[in-house]
Amino acid sequence: MNVLDVVSGVLIVSGAFLAMVGGIGVLRLPDVFGRMHAATKPPTLGLVLVGLGAILQLDQIADVTLLVLVMMLQFLTAPVGAHLVGRSAYQSGGQLDADTVIDELDDAD
Amino acid sequence: MILATNIAFGLISIGTLAALVRLVRGPSLADRVVATDLFLTFLVIGSAVLAAREGRAAYLEVMLMVAVVGFLGTAMVARFIERRGA
Repeated sequence: MNVLDVVSGVLIVSGAFLAMVGGIGVLRLPDVFGRMHAATKPPTLGLVLVGLGAILQLDQIADVTLLVLVMMLQFLTAPVGAHLVGRSAYQSGGQLDADTVIDELDDAD
Repeated sequence: MILATNIAFGLISIGTLAALVRLVRGPSLADRVVATDLFLTFLVIGSAVLAAREGRAAYLEVMLMVAVVGFLGTAMVARFIERRGA
């Protein structure tokens, strides 16, 4: 039980906790846009934390490179995917929750 | 390390169950796409935890493929919703 194991364990547990927060947010939030928000940001940070924790446990430089590649890929693709889904959901209409306070796209264009 | 990964697997399981409930319920198609995307993200995170637990790199290729396929699927279904509506 050395220091590296402790640091890696803390990183992995906190990353998994963030991912769980994202899952609960997807279950609890009222409309597509809130759910998308919860499904994109916390799990991405959670994946980065878990990846950092896993890097501390691996000893081959090639494996570390692959993990960094996966984390960068998730960082780049998660916002793009969420943006595409949000755009198409807004355009298909009627997706906003009734409690929405301001809809700035409504009076754009 | 075993304790930390066990706790992490428990947390990930709770999140995955929540995403699955949203996938089954989820009134519109966009909700289901969001839930599927999150489900695949959980798969990637779980593979990372497994790689840390076993100290082996065999799961990292799986992570890469799941991440790429998840993004491509999300983008394609988003285009589909845009054309079809709802």
